[in-house]
Amino acid sequence: MAKVGVLIEIENGEVKETEFSVLTAACGDGGNEVFAIVTPENTDAAASVLAEYGANKIVHVVSQGGDIKVSPDLEARVLAEAVKKFELDMLLGLASAKGRDLFARMAAFMDVPLVSDCTGIDLDTKTVRKSHFSGKTVATLKLESELFLCTIRPNAIEARKTPVQTQTVIFEALAADPGLTKIIDVKESAGGNVDLTEASIIITGGRPIDSSENYKMLDECAAQLGESTAVGASRAAVDAGFAPHSMQVGQTGKTVSPKLYIGCGLSGSVQHFAGMKTSKVIVAINTDKDAPIFAKCDYGIIADMFDVVPMLTQVLKEQGE
Amino acid sequence: MQIYVCVKHVPDTAANIKITGNDSFDDTTCKFVINPYDEYGLEEAVQLVEKQGQGEVVAVTVGKEAAMASIRSAMALGAHRGILVKTDSQFLSSTLTARALKAAIEQDGAPDIIFTGKGSVDTEGFQTQYRLAAAMDMAVVNEVVDLKIDNGQAIVEKEIGSGSREVLKMKLPCVIGATKGLNIPRYPKFPDIMKAKKKPVKETDIASLGLESLPDRVELLNLEAMPERSDAKMLEGDVKETVTELIRILKEDQKVL
Ligand SMILES: Cc1cc2nc3c(=O)[nH]c(=O)nc-3n(C[C@H](O)[C@H](O)[C@H](O)COP(=O)(O)OP(=O)(O)OC[C@H]3O[C@@H](n4cnc5c(N)ncnc54)[C@H](O)[C@@H]3O)c2cc1C
Repeated sequence: MAKVGVLIEIENGEVKETEFSVLTAACGDGGNEVFAIVTPENTDAAASVLAEYGANKIVHVVSQGGDIKVSPDLEARVLAEAVKKFELDMLLGLASAKGRDLFARMAAFMDVPLVSDCTGIDLDTKTVRKSHFSGKTVATLKLESELFLCTIRPNAIEARKTPVQTQTVIFEALAADPGLTKIIDVKESAGGNVDLTEASIIITGGRPIDSSENYKMLDECAAQLGESTAVGASRAAVDAGFAPHSMQVGQTGKTVSPKLYIGCGLSGSVQHFAGMKTSKVIVAINTDKDAPIFAKCDYGIIADMFDVVPMLTQVLKEQGE
Repeated sequence: MQIYVCVKHVPDTAANIKITGNDSFDDTTCKFVINPYDEYGLEEAVQLVEKQGQGEVVAVTVGKEAAMASIRSAMALGAHRGILVKTDSQFLSSTLTARALKAAIEQDGAPDIIFTGKGSVDTEGFQTQYRLAAAMDMAVVNEVVDLKIDNGQAIVEKEIGSGSREVLKMKLPCVIGATKGLNIPRYPKFPDIMKAKKKPVKETDIASLGLESLPDRVELLNLEAMPERSDAKMLEGDVKETVTELIRILKEDQKVL
């Protein structure tokens, strides 16, 4: 039996949905003791949903040494202290913007191994699977260490409910802030859109979108596809100035793994696929029947996206009414 | 300003990776390049020195003998000198790489800034810069898309989620992991490529750095090609019918809608 910690990210007062698959990974085949580690205040709301996904203990970490919201180094030290205190064998988290940074900080501070962005994990054998070479290969790695850290690619593991009795404990961490980095401001984006890396559905427009205004067509479709839908762009579209870099999917953009990826006007470049290959279902809409993307998608539509996308929006709307 | 830029010699992202045996690949047939993210760090370093009219940019790599090519590319893009720490593995642990980088940099000079890329596209580990910073007792921020140097401090921005940005402050010297958005890396010009051939490169063997031996805590058991999709189902005909069929499939067969 292993003691497995999961760092829980809470957003707008709720546990991020993508955390459920991390909890599922922590439960493994059963028999593990799962610790959900939460740092923000409102843990009451989180307790019932964490219990549903198998958290035996909820550890509410309170920092006595300063404000963890402005010091990522302090936050890493505080979490490291919790890991030691509860004698965890491993700590799992999301490979989200926050998780990527925090886990690497912790790994460096604690001098323990970290595997980033895992797409599979087997706790019994201490093996994980992850992409190497921009999604061209899959590596299986074995962790030979008493304690290790892993971040998991959002949506890569299917979430499964395993309800348990849970108990909340408060842990007061004493770690001091090393005073190295300080968050002095957060510039919120105007859109307030769903984060690409954690969206469960993504609709992407490539170069032929031809203008930033035309992304509205995709926004409208996204609104019909469901709440957790984000709009993406290819590098060609970003470089042409049609979309901001924060929307870019691919090797130099975001790595995503939604359950549904709809590519509109994408040729299917290796570098774009490096960022979305592990999506569950890939749909391609392209006017060219010989476009490479048709050789690597699940469903293909040979047609103009300016015809297909508005129709998709319309039919979804009709069906929703 | 004394700036070190850590660059990694990696297979080109478009290269075909031919797997050999269980856990290695044929590195003799695929094209190698500077890790694309490192180019943003390099460009930023070169621009900082150009703006100040003084200072030095040193490209450092830990890699096989062949990694000299990436040092030369870095020098063609503006680095003044290079340091090559030689090892015989492409898959060195991030901890060992960080220690080797630290030793090589400290032997060479006193950095004001160390740039890296946000991660390397071969092993996708995303942590060497953090381990380097911890070993050197420096501040680190990764995935940086904006940098200002002001009064011995670095003010950086990084993206967090859907386009929002966090602004962080840290004292120099520090480690900065660069990514797309920070700048637009230049293309090397022919005369610069020729000049780069004459720029000095220090070569050391990793064994001569006197690093503590380190057990391998992460073992590569297996490397295999990522399964590719094939036999896509093509939907044809009237747009409305096609779209209706697609929605049915996504809802009923795939259960993703
Ligand atoms: C180091 C490096 C890193 C890179 N990183 C990335 C990355 O992170 N992300 C990324 O996306 N790319 C990346 N690229 C670029 C990549 O190689 C491609 O150039 C890019 O992805 C192509 O974008 P695209 O598919 O939108 O455009 P194109 O390749 O131009 O394809 C457009 C496609 O749309 C079809 N089409 C045209 N009109 C219509 C229409 N009206 N309706 C439907 N289909 C239509 C065409 O038939 C064509 O197949 C990178 C390249 C390099 C070298």
